[in-house]
Amino acid sequence: MQNNLLSGLKEHENKLLTIWSQILQETGGGDGAMEEEESKEFASLFTSALAKSDVSYENSEEFEKVEDLIVGIASSRGKRGFSPRENAQYLISFKQAASQILSEIIKNPSEFYDASLKLNEILDNMTIMTFEAYMKGREDIISRQVDEISEISTPVITVWDGIVALPIIGTLDSSRTQIVMENLLQQIVDTGSSIAILDISGVPAVDSLVAQHLIKTVSATRLMGAECIISGIRPEIAQTVVHLGIDLTGILTKASLASALRTAFDMLQLQVVKRKVIG
Amino acid sequence: MERIPILKMGDFLLVTIQVDLYDQLAENLESDLINTISKYSSKGVLIDISAVSIIDSFMGRILGNIAVMSKIMDAQTVVVGMQPAVAITLVELGLSLNGVISALNVEKGMELLRSKMHTSDNEEQDYDDDNEQ
Amino acid sequence: MTTITNNREEALIIKEQDVVPLRNRVKEYGVKIGMSILNQTKLITATSELVRNLLKYGGGGKVIIESVSNGRDNGVRVTFIDNGPGIADITLAMKDGYSTGKSLGLGLPGTKRLVNEFDIKSELGNGTTVTITKWKNG
Repeated sequence: MQNNLLSGLKEHENKLLTIWSQILQETGGGDGAMEEEESKEFASLFTSALAKSDVSYENSEEFEKVEDLIVGIASSRGKRGFSPRENAQYLISFKQAASQILSEIIKNPSEFYDASLKLNEILDNMTIMTFEAYMKGREDIISRQVDEISEISTPVITVWDGIVALPIIGTLDSSRTQIVMENLLQQIVDTGSSIAILDISGVPAVDSLVAQHLIKTVSATRLMGAECIISGIRPEIAQTVVHLGIDLTGILTKASLASALRTAFDMLQLQVVKRKVIG
Repeated sequence: MERIPILKMGDFLLVTIQVDLYDQLAENLESDLINTISKYSSKGVLIDISAVSIIDSFMGRILGNIAVMSKIMDAQTVVVGMQPAVAITLVELGLSLNGVISALNVEKGMELLRSKMHTSDNEEQDYDDDNEQ
Repeated sequence: MTTITNNREEALIIKEQDVVPLRNRVKEYGVKIGMSILNQTKLITATSELVRNLLKYGGGGKVIIESVSNGRDNGVRVTFIDNGPGIADITLAMKDGYSTGKSLGLGLPGTKRLVNEFDIKSELGNGTTVTITKWKNG
């Protein structure tokens, strides 16, 4: 019975599409050609699914296809930069259009009530799914950016044969420390370097947590059999470290990268000399 | 019973751990190694752990024990080739392997042992040290 | 947040030789979900510490390995169940530097630092259950 009620939409697919795109245009939720294509596919799949499936719409195989499609559309709209409102508007407009057609083809008020209720139920459920998909699409972007940031923010530089340096820019939290340690230690292994310089000139503040992360990095480097020098200790960092009672005495610290490099040269028994100009 | 081979290279002993250690194997290694040091009066021990994917507190303790025991018997222990992931895990675990000296690889470990012998025994010629001339 | 178990297996741990195969199984679970080498190492080291406690203090027991998912991330969960004497004071046992055995006394707190979630339940006379979870991106 109910099946017949909603299956009537299939015959009016084109009209449905026209009304839908009209509403979408009025509410400003469209973006042209790509959208038309998507909408056409959705309207066709959705109405076919209604026509083919039995009363328990949601569980049918046909509807899984529709759900997959709408989830795909929503996540792609999320990535294309639609606002949450525009995204929600998409299916809500479809519901308005479908309701309008239903009211035209079903004359019996009680039947119309049943049909609208069912249509609402199905489409509301899909709206929730699209919102989830939209959020996930955005979250994917964020997590990719986080990955990119952490990758570009931990460059390990070979400054001399046997010496690597890693300038840290920004705050050191535990996940960042882990990436820093991994990159630094891997570079030490790959290059066979016995000295690593960790430059913290670009770290805005050193609190006890950051200090602990630095100490961990130094300990791990030493466990591997290399020495770690921390450079770029600004006066205010030295002050806070002492005021906070952080013990850095077991760690080799230098004020500047240049003096750290000099220490590293000493340790490797290297010497930088000025060339004598003859004549 | 499974045992880890100990190779004699002149004054040094070389142990390459290729399998993940379980407790009995590690304890056997400890006693075998100390006996071998005594047998050859070895001056240094290189333990290559580059193939070891995990060191827990028990294994850490065994490594520490070996270092201290061999030290008492006048042999220096150098642990070489620790994997980055293993080093970071040890630090997180809170195990600093006090008393254990490390080097990046066997070659650097050997250099380190030679330099240590050089400082403790000046009669011996150290061929790769040309900075003091 | 709900956590779903995708895959699950149990292992009986009664002797020291059971430790290495268990570590390998846990590692396989980590590899399957694409866990980084570092996180794998942390997970296996934590497993090793806990299974050692299980043998030493609990006289052996049961270990459950699960592949779990919380919708956003996948992870590996390992549960250690023994019927040993139990722990009298968990707060004390979780303190750095405390140990009743002859080990270094960094077992439990050190292990906790290696994983993302750490849960311990113990009752005197009724054994101890420890559950750890390591997330792929945790």
